[in-house]
Amino acid sequence: MGLVTPNPGTIFWMLIIFGIVLFILRKFAWKPILNALKDREESIAKALNSADEAKKEVAGLKAENEKIIAEAKQEKNEILKEAREIKDKIIAEAKEKAAQEAAKSIELAKQQIEAEKTAAVNELKNQVAELSVLIAEKVIKKELSNKSEQEKIVDGLIDEIKLN
Amino acid sequence: MLKRFAGILLIFTISLFSYTPIFAEENHVTGGNHAADSVPAEKFDAGKFIIEHVSDSYDWHIVSFGDTHVSIPLPVILYSKNPELHGGKNWHIFMSSKFHHGHDAYNGFRISQAKEFEGKIVELDAAGNETGKPIDLSVTKAVAEIFVAVLIMLWIFISVARKLVKNVDKAPTGLQNLVEPVVIFVRDQIARPTIGDKKYEKYMPYLLTLFFFILLLNLMGLIPVVPFGANVTGNISVTMVLALFTFVITTLSGNKHYWKEIYNPDVPWWLKFPIPLMPIVELTGVITKPFVLMVRLFANMMAGHMIVTVFVSLIFIFGSLMGTAAGFGVSPLSIAFSVFILLLDVLVSFIQAYVFTLLSALYFGMATAEHH
Repeated sequence: MGLVTPNPGTIFWMLIIFGIVLFILRKFAWKPILNALKDREESIAKALNSADEAKKEVAGLKAENEKIIAEAKQEKNEILKEAREIKDKIIAEAKEKAAQEAAKSIELAKQQIEAEKTAAVNELKNQVAELSVLIAEKVIKKELSNKSEQEKIVDGLIDEIKLN
Repeated sequence: MLKRFAGILLIFTISLFSYTPIFAEENHVTGGNHAADSVPAEKFDAGKFIIEHVSDSYDWHIVSFGDTHVSIPLPVILYSKNPELHGGKNWHIFMSSKFHHGHDAYNGFRISQAKEFEGKIVELDAAGNETGKPIDLSVTKAVAEIFVAVLIMLWIFISVARKLVKNVDKAPTGLQNLVEPVVIFVRDQIARPTIGDKKYEKYMPYLLTLFFFILLLNLMGLIPVVPFGANVTGNISVTMVLALFTFVITTLSGNKHYWKEIYNPDVPWWLKFPIPLMPIVELTGVITKPFVLMVRLFANMMAGHMIVTVFVSLIFIFGSLMGTAAGFGVSPLSIAFSVFILLLDVLVSFIQAYVFTLLSALYFGMATAEHH
């Protein structure tokens, strides 16, 4: 059968053509194509990688931001707390001081009052003494005009003194 | 959807055109120079028609009108050991048109009509009898088709390579889109899994050339207008050379482990001594692998071409058996079947290119596998 018998002429041409094509394509088509595809794949992989890294970095930044915010919040709370404490302390101190001052002034007032009072009493005593002396003078002047009366008085006074 | 329809329409139209020579063939047989031995006008020799359609020829037939044949003459290159029969020269180069479609002898050569070398060029002795075959290096239809395919391949892949190198970081455009995915497919689906990540690169150029060569010629064989339509991958000489390339590359890249598995496989000793049974089996395997590659591609493509031709022949068989009306009546069915088989052949073209490449890669992988 002619169909299944290889034809030497066709084999000859096929060998030459296929060999040459293989050589040419290998050098001018397949190597550049395969290399370019490889390069592109690598660059895509690289790009994806760096995108991934950037993503991670962004996530890291975000976490850091959150951390910073949390820290700031905590600090704020602490400051507020401290301020409140200070405020309370100041108020308490002020209150205490005020109370002390008040007590002091009350004390002072009391002392002054006491002093005034003592002075007033003393003055009153003096005046009473003077008045008494005056009265006594007048009485004595009147009384001493009569001898019997004088004696009575003296006796009476003596009695009084004894009683005292 | 519209595109798909247009594609089907195109194939349909082409398939109609491709068989126009059938009418001519019929007339040619009846009205040709050798009318004496031809069959009656109504008789249609389907077998001859089909075989002619799938076999190689010295000129590239385009169309025939009655007795007028339009064909592209191709160069005939012959070397004869008997220069005295051909004007004293050993080498003869002339166009196939000198044979006038096989009717005439030229310079002591003729396309044989006898059974033994039918369709081949033979030498004639002084008395005009066929004496034997010269060494025939003619550029036949198949060889011319290979040239066409090769030019297309060189153009496509070199231009794609240039473009790719120039725009390596840009999105692919145009032909690049067609070639790149297939190249990546061959690399990632065929070469890498079978040969391994470390060694596949060495074989990529061959596998790619092989794949595209087979695919392109398969598909070109389905387009029945000049300069396509020649049955190249269904030509055993062509598949033989392809298989030979695979065989040679496999053998040359065989490592120690590969040869050890052939000459001294891990089997019980009595399978190797005193009769080296397993080595013989393994050595046979080395030969049968490329042989099967050769036959598979050849038979598949040949069968595809034959079946399409057979379905079209049905029209004329019915026409000659039951009259012209029957022929016309059968034609829609015939054409429908032909179109179906053609579409199937498109699928087969891809599958065969894939299988040939995959198996070649597999053999390379076996030749380079490390001991495990």
